[in-house]
Amino acid sequence: MAKGDPGASTRGRRAAPRSRKAVTGDPELVQLLTPAGERIESVTGPDGTVYRVDFTDEEYRGLYRDLVLVRKLDAEATALQRQGELGLWASLLGQEAAQVGSGRALRAQDMAFPTYREHGVLYCRGIDPIMPLGLFRGVDQGGWDPNEFKFNMYTIVIGAQTLHATGYAMGVTMDGKTGGEDGEAVIAYFGDGATSQGDVNEAFVWASVFNAPLVFFCQNNQYAISEPLERQTRVPLYRRAAGFGFPGIRVDGNDVLATYAVTRHALDNARHGQGPSLIEAYTYRMGAHTTSDDPTRYRIASEVEAWQAKDPIARVKAFLEREKIADAGFFAEVDEQARREAVDLRERVLEMPNPEPVTMFDHVYPNGSPLLDQQRAQFSRYLESFEGSAH
Amino acid sequence: MATETLTLGKALNIGLRKALENDPKVVIMGEDVGKLGGVFRITDGLQKDFGDQRVIDTPLAESGIIGTAVGLAIRGYRPVCEIQFDGFVYPAYDQIVSQVAKMHYRSGGKLRIPMVIRIPFGGGIGAVEHHSESPEAYFAHTAGLKVVSCANPQDAYVMIQQAIASDDPIVFLEPKRRYWEKGQVDLDAPLAEAYPLHSARVARPGTDATVLAYGPMVRTCLDAATAAAEDGRDLEVIDLRTLSPLDLGVVYDSVRRTGRAVVVHEAPSNVGLGAEIAARITEECFYSLESPVLRVTGFDTPYPAARVEEEYLPDLDRVLDAVDRTFGW
Repeated sequence: MAKGDPGASTRGRRAAPRSRKAVTGDPELVQLLTPAGERIESVTGPDGTVYRVDFTDEEYRGLYRDLVLVRKLDAEATALQRQGELGLWASLLGQEAAQVGSGRALRAQDMAFPTYREHGVLYCRGIDPIMPLGLFRGVDQGGWDPNEFKFNMYTIVIGAQTLHATGYAMGVTMDGKTGGEDGEAVIAYFGDGATSQGDVNEAFVWASVFNAPLVFFCQNNQYAISEPLERQTRVPLYRRAAGFGFPGIRVDGNDVLATYAVTRHALDNARHGQGPSLIEAYTYRMGAHTTSDDPTRYRIASEVEAWQAKDPIARVKAFLEREKIADAGFFAEVDEQARREAVDLRERVLEMPNPEPVTMFDHVYPNGSPLLDQQRAQFSRYLESFEGSAH
Repeated sequence: MATETLTLGKALNIGLRKALENDPKVVIMGEDVGKLGGVFRITDGLQKDFGDQRVIDTPLAESGIIGTAVGLAIRGYRPVCEIQFDGFVYPAYDQIVSQVAKMHYRSGGKLRIPMVIRIPFGGGIGAVEHHSESPEAYFAHTAGLKVVSCANPQDAYVMIQQAIASDDPIVFLEPKRRYWEKGQVDLDAPLAEAYPLHSARVARPGTDATVLAYGPMVRTCLDAATAAAEDGRDLEVIDLRTLSPLDLGVVYDSVRRTGRAVVVHEAPSNVGLGAEIAARITEECFYSLESPVLRVTGFDTPYPAARVEEEYLPDLDRVLDAVDRTFGW
C-alpha cells in the first residue's frame, strides 16, 4: 500500500485467519495491537461500537512502510536543522502511528486541517514531503495547494485551525455533501496543549450545535513544550466531549491499527451526517517540542524509556514477523527505500533557492494595493542603486 | 433614477439583501443577526427571506465567528460577519490578524478569504463601556486587511456590496451613531459604474483649508464647514472612505491648493490614522503647507463614561478651533 486507501483500494489476498485471541480490550483505551505486537481481535467501545480492522497482508505491509518512511524523513529533517539547513523543525518522532493511522483513514474527499507537526498526515495525503521543509527553511510559507490535496496549510497559532475546520465542515453540510459513502468529512488536528485554548473550545461548541461533519483528532503527546498534561486538564481529554454533546474516545495513539479503526469509524459517522466526535490519540512526543527545545529540563529519562517500549513501529514489525506477513527481505527493502527518499529529500532541500527579496510583496492581497505597489517600486529602485552588487 | 430616502442602516440592509440575492455563496453570520435582525436591525428580515443557512445566528463567541468564517471561505463561501459592537471584536483579534489577514499571503495566493467583517463603531449613542470604541488603527496597521468606513446612506448601500464582492478581506466600519440619519440613495445604479471601493471623495469643495474625516466624523466636519462659511472661511471636506489602503491623491491635490490640513477622527490621537495621514501629507506636500497638519481626535484615555462623551468626541467647535489654529501659524 503506497498512497492509497487501505480500506477501499486493495482487494488482494486477505490475511489468513490466524489463531487470534477473541479478546475485548479496554474500552477506556482502544488498542488492537499491543506493544509486544500481539493482535487484539476487537474492542467494543463504551457506546457499543466494535472496533476492528480487516487488512490484507499487503495492507499491513503498506502501513509498516508508511511508518518507517515517515520516521526516516522526519529524522532527516531534524538532521538538516542540526546542520543549519532548516531554521527549525518540529519532529513527529513517536507519533507516527497516530498520524499514519488517522491519515490513512481519510477518504479521498475528506479535508484535513493540521497543526505544524502533521508531517505524517501530509505524507499520507500524497503531498511531496519537501513541501513543509520550505516553511522551516524559510524560503516560503508552505507551498502546497490545500484544496488540491485536501490538506490545509500548517497552522502555528495553537488551536486556530480547529475553528477553520469547523467552518469548512459547516460548509460541507450547507453544500449538501453529507450522507452516504461519498459524503465528505473533515478532520481537525491539535494537541493536548491546544485543548486549553478558547478557539478549540469554541470549535467544540460550534461543531456540536451545527452538527458539523468533523472529527477532532487530539494527539495527546503528554507535553505542551515543557508543560505536562496535568497543567492542561484535570479530566481525561476525551471525556471533555461529553460536556459539549458529542462522543469522545481514547485510542492508543502508538497503535496504527486502532488509530485507523477509530478514526475511520468517526469519519464515516461524520460523513453520514451523524455529527462531530473527539478522538484522543494517547501517545508520546519522543523528541523535543522543536529543535529549539531541550526536553531533559522537564522530563526524566525513565519516562522516555517507558514510552520507548511502546514504540509504534517496533510493534508492527513484531506483528509482521510473528504472523509471517513479512520477511527480512521486505524489511531491508523498506529501509533501503527510506534511505533513498531521505537522500533525495536532503539533496532537494539543499537546492532550494532563496526567494528574490521583492517577492515579499507578492500575494498580500488578491486585488493588490497601491501602497504596496509604491513600496515595491521604491524598494526595487533602492536595490538597483547598488550597482554591480549581489542584488 | 429610482432614488429613495433611506436611513444609513436601511441602506446597509438593502445592500446586504442585494448581495444575498446576487451570489448564493454569500452568507451572513453573527450574534442575533437572524430572528432579531441584529441589535441595530441591520440584518432585519434577511433570515426570514433567505433562511437560516444563509443568515446564521451563531454561538456567542467572536473568535468562533471569524474562525469558522475562515473555514467557510476556504470552502468557497463569502462570509459577511457581524461583530455586534466595536469593543467586542478583540476576542476575534487573533483570527482576524493572524488568520484572515495572512491566509492569502501564506498560501502563496492559493487561498482567498473573501470575508467582510462588519463592525458598528464609534461613540455618541450614550452607551455603556465597550460599546463606543474606534479600533480602526489596529486593523489598518495589519497587512492583508483592507479597512473602509461609510459616512452616508448612498455610500453605505454601494460600499457594502462592493466589499462583499471583493476578494480581499475587508473590515467594514459602520458609523453607528449615523445609522438613523437619512439621505438619498439610488438603488438602481449599477455597481460596476460606481466609484471604486477604495477611493476618497470630496464631500464639500472649498478653498481655504482641507478637513479630512471618515465615518461618523464626516457629518461633523460638514457641519463645521457650514458654520465656517458663515464666518467667511471656505473649508474643503474630504471623506476618506478607505483607511487601508489610504487613497490620498485627492488629499494631496486639495492640500496643495489650500496649504492647510486638519485630520479628524474619534479614535485617540496617539499612533492613530491621523498620525499616518499627517506624515504622508508632510512627505508629499511639504512646500505647500502653510502650517503643520493638525489633528482633532478623541483623547488618549479609555472611552469615557457616556455623560462626558460629548466632551471626548471631536465636535464642530473643536474642528473649527483647529482650523483657526492652522491660520494662526
